[in-house]
Amino acid sequence: MISNRRKLFLWTVRGLMSLATSLTGLLTLFLVGYVLIRGIPNVSWELLSTSPSYLSDRIGILPDILNTIYIIIATLVIVLPLGVGAAVYLTEYASNKRIVGIIEYAAEALSGIPSIIYGLVGMLIFSNNMGTCLMAGALTLVIMNLPVIMRNTQESLKTVPQAYREGAFGLGAGKWRVIRTVVLPGCVDGVVTGCILSVGRILGESAALLFTAGFAHVANGFIEGLSSAGATLTVALYVYAKEQGEFEVAFAIAAILMILSLLINLSATMVTKKFQRRNQ
Amino acid sequence: MKKSSNLFENLVHGVFLILGLVTIACVLIISLYLIVSGIPAILEIGLVDFLFGTQWASTAAEPKYGILPFILTSIYGTFGAIVLGVPIGVLTAIYLSKLASESVKNIMGQMVSILAGIPSVVYGLVGMMVLVPGLRKLFNIPDGASLMAAIVVLAVMILPSIIKMSVTALDAVPGDYEDASLALGATPEETYFRVSLPAAKSGIAASVVLGVGRAIGEAMAVMMVAGNAPNMPDSLFQSVRFLTTAIASEMSYSSGLQRQALFSIALVLFLFIMLINALLNFFLKGEKKG
Repeated sequence: MISNRRKLFLWTVRGLMSLATSLTGLLTLFLVGYVLIRGIPNVSWELLSTSPSYLSDRIGILPDILNTIYIIIATLVIVLPLGVGAAVYLTEYASNKRIVGIIEYAAEALSGIPSIIYGLVGMLIFSNNMGTCLMAGALTLVIMNLPVIMRNTQESLKTVPQAYREGAFGLGAGKWRVIRTVVLPGCVDGVVTGCILSVGRILGESAALLFTAGFAHVANGFIEGLSSAGATLTVALYVYAKEQGEFEVAFAIAAILMILSLLINLSATMVTKKFQRRNQ
Repeated sequence: MKKSSNLFENLVHGVFLILGLVTIACVLIISLYLIVSGIPAILEIGLVDFLFGTQWASTAAEPKYGILPFILTSIYGTFGAIVLGVPIGVLTAIYLSKLASESVKNIMGQMVSILAGIPSVVYGLVGMMVLVPGLRKLFNIPDGASLMAAIVVLAVMILPSIIKMSVTALDAVPGDYEDASLALGATPEETYFRVSLPAAKSGIAASVVLGVGRAIGEAMAVMMVAGNAPNMPDSLFQSVRFLTTAIASEMSYSSGLQRQALFSIALVLFLFIMLINALLNFFLKGEKKG
């Protein structure tokens, strides 16, 4: 029934699609497998629990792990109120369509700016005033992650039923009380999803941190750490691989990052599923 | 009592308004800083010499600041990544959206998310250790760190955004279109390629533009595999420097006019990105209408 030409098209297209899909799948498996296989044998307790020392010719990534944790905490603490507040303004207060449009456009513009530009501007605004330190890096990351938190919160605020708000207003609650007791508890899922995505982005970020947070490997406490220069895991990976040729350490860090990013993916999927079920 | 609570509500409103405006302020401050710090070097070097000069020798005795090699490398590199990545991405998206079983769709969805979550330095590391030596052996060239290596790495890095966005666009094509085509005797494959694909074209175009934005802005992975010599990109197997890597590779030790020229490069990159954003918005609007 079907002419040979159509059959040829059919089989070519079918073949190409299977080829492309399997290529994508195999590529992912290869990347994950290769990094884990080359990296995990190099992960030792000594590597994880010490600082690098020239005297004993030892490389340790404890400072980089601590710096990563510090920068994640500092960024989230600052970006959460900003992002959630902006989302609340957009969905609960803003009555002017044009302002909403401009704010959303600005958020889109922010998410399109490459991280190297964030690094440069962060260096000009923050590092030139407060010195190259983790806090300068964290503030740069705050701007980068603002749209992520804002958009996720906004999406979940939209799912809070209008009737809840009207009910609370009808009982005589003021606007702030309605937001505090009805609206904000309803958007927890969006905030959590946004946080997970942000942690993933911060974990993987390097270009924006190179010139804002620097690349020192000294283990500090939280407060002291924030005010001194330090490399996160990704920056350390770059320095060890590109500048020092320490590929074993680089692969060890890559394997750690890979496992963390797999965990983040997993938790993002689980959180989304859990909240979806609840919403239904 | 009434008055004080009104005052309080207004105060809260004001606080939220300020939080809402922070985003706009950030965009304005970033643009302002880039323009103010990027203009002086362009004025000193001359716009034409800066944009179309073919030589970058920032540390020479008589420094030359021509960024045409970087601009062309960024354009060629991005174009190459699109040529390589878009067919694979779109074919995968059609398969996942239309033909794949539920379990394949789920597993591949996870794979794509994993691919999107891998940090760019990890891509760079694998590129450095696998792709660069591989290219050197395969094509018998002195060094595999080249434009070609960067193109392959970028193509892989833009795959997830292209697949995700194209799947969304293809999923949104009304089932009636496809049913009508099938009822007229077209095979499923013909339907998906001749009916669904054109119907989803603005969404797919948006995914391509998003990929362009990702590719042109990527710095670290490219820095690790492209070789970083400021050559004109005459061949695929040459060591080259992108706009992003030009900024990153000299920033730490630059000073004076050289440093200002790096800010000017950032301004040029920023203008490219703004152009791409405008294009993206155009296509997304088209999709909403369609």
